[in-house]
Amino acid sequence: MTVLEKTVDETSPPAVEGRRRGSAWLLTVFLAAALPALVPVAASLGAYPVPVGDVLGSVLHHLGLGGRELDRVAESVLWNVRFPRIVLALLVGASLGCAGALMQGVFGNPLAEPGVIGVSSGAAVGAVGAIAFGLDFLGTWTVSAFAFASGLATVLLVYAMSRSGGRTEVVTLILTGIAVNAFAGALIGLFLFFADTAAVNQITFWQLGSLSQATWPKVLAVLPCAAIGLTVAPLYARRLDLLSLGERPARHLGVEVERLRIALILVIALLTAAAVSVSGIIGFVGLVVPHLLRMAAGPGHRFLIPASALLGALVLLAADLTARTIAAPAELPLGVLTALLGSPFFFWLLRRTRRRQGGWA
Amino acid sequence: MSPFGLRLASPHTFFRRNGARPRPRVAPAVPNPSHPLAEAEALHMSLGPREVLHGVDVAVRPGEILALVGPNGAGKSTLLGALAADLAPTRGTVRIHGRPATEWTAPELALRRAVLPQSATLAFPFTVEEVVRMGRAPHASSPAEDDLAVVQAMSATEVTPFARRPFSALSGGERARVALARLLAQQAPLLLLDEPTAALDLRHQELVLRLCRERARQGDGVVVVLHDLGLAAAYAHRVAMLCAGRVEAEGPPTEVFTEARLSEVYDQPVEVVRHPRTDALLITPKRNL
Repeated sequence: MTVLEKTVDETSPPAVEGRRRGSAWLLTVFLAAALPALVPVAASLGAYPVPVGDVLGSVLHHLGLGGRELDRVAESVLWNVRFPRIVLALLVGASLGCAGALMQGVFGNPLAEPGVIGVSSGAAVGAVGAIAFGLDFLGTWTVSAFAFASGLATVLLVYAMSRSGGRTEVVTLILTGIAVNAFAGALIGLFLFFADTAAVNQITFWQLGSLSQATWPKVLAVLPCAAIGLTVAPLYARRLDLLSLGERPARHLGVEVERLRIALILVIALLTAAAVSVSGIIGFVGLVVPHLLRMAAGPGHRFLIPASALLGALVLLAADLTARTIAAPAELPLGVLTALLGSPFFFWLLRRTRRRQGGWA
Repeated sequence: MSPFGLRLASPHTFFRRNGARPRPRVAPAVPNPSHPLAEAEALHMSLGPREVLHGVDVAVRPGEILALVGPNGAGKSTLLGALAADLAPTRGTVRIHGRPATEWTAPELALRRAVLPQSATLAFPFTVEEVVRMGRAPHASSPAEDDLAVVQAMSATEVTPFARRPFSALSGGERARVALARLLAQQAPLLLLDEPTAALDLRHQELVLRLCRERARQGDGVVVVLHDLGLAAAYAHRVAMLCAGRVEAEGPPTEVFTEARLSEVYDQPVEVVRHPRTDALLITPKRNL
């Protein structure tokens, strides 16, 4: 009996892969095309409307490609208020979406979320501390720098504490994250207790998550972290696919699992802390975005990581547009909006996962 | 080719090229037929405070199937884990392709041995075909070679009919065969299988062991943990019978599987008879029903 000599005439699987990759490919192109379409719309709408044609004209003028200059107010609204805000929304959204996809891959758990292991609240501790004690020795970047430093320290602490015998158990990691979240919450409360009224107001608003303070310096503060994280992340896609088989099978296929974990946790910390430092805690983007994409075009990370960054950017831009126009001239905090929409999705996900597994063990 | 003579990247090749696939820079493994593919020497292993193996010597050479048998808790899976370089020995050495297991890197080992775990799990709903393709990860081969290996492995394990279904939608036996297909696609010269037949029906049990025979005939080495002594007797070239962390007996099945030894090791009276037509060993518990 020569089982191996049964030839290659049955249904040809490369076609299957092609079909699935085809839809992944189409979706990526669609997302990449939707972004430049939404940006002029977002720039045109707001308390001071600027027609889309004028927006494009002004951009072309600044690029030296014709177009025309607008009046002073419109120019100022576009270039000092709207554009930094749009760029910041894109960077933060892309970072959160990408960080979510990476985190779910590392933990092999579709319920993992950047807030879960405590990066968000860890970053918040640094930012709140800086605001509460009125620190400003790094100028406008002080809050961002503190948020980033404490976020990174938190994730390293969580990782170090949840390791034993050179391995990290997922359950331990997530439980440690819960403990760290609680501790961070206590620290934030303590800082609020000592802060004066003005600082308390600022902190409260920051915690709700908002992009309303967007300026070009803030964009510059986020850009390096986000750019590095977003560039490096796709390099780990294939190894993340293998990791979904489990740690040991991944190692059997040549993945240095521990090294991969450390690298990815650093990338996740970089992306999340960068996003949180300028915009407060904006939840659920990192959870919902990779999930929708996985349902649409499969779980392969070579597609999932870049597409999560694209869709994250798109979602946050749309959410921010909604937040600042729906109750104009007042502005809804962005974090409140994403949580309002994201939490029901999380509930649904919980119920579905529970049903599939026949209950939590 | 497009009509304009430009070769447009298909989505298929685009994603592969952009995938930054980590190609290991290591030479392919060419086993030396006279040397063991894997061997354990005076191996002691502990799981936590408990010593599970007390000085075990086994070796598997190219072209042979070595079956590990023995009662529950005898240390079969631990021994397999040690040969796979999953677990570090407390004393003694494990050599894979003649070199201590600890000196290999993970990518180097992936080209030299493939491991089938007792149960196959998957965190995300990849399709069967995608799972089998994961077995190609260690190789720096062309897409065409990968496709061929994947198609052959799926056809050999009879999983081609559900190649498009998500792995999570399969039954236990189907999952086991998909995991085996992934292993075959890896094309490593040493196969380590932990109870590959446990979830399978009669037909597929035979299929799996025939596949092992086929690989051995092509010069690969196979170590397989089995509970079915009849299967071990029929397909293995050599059997190592483990009991309480020691090798109780080792050799061809006809020498190892004696009534007295089996009855003692399993603490259960056992009969060994010859098949009237094929003269193969038949092993059954003594029953008085």
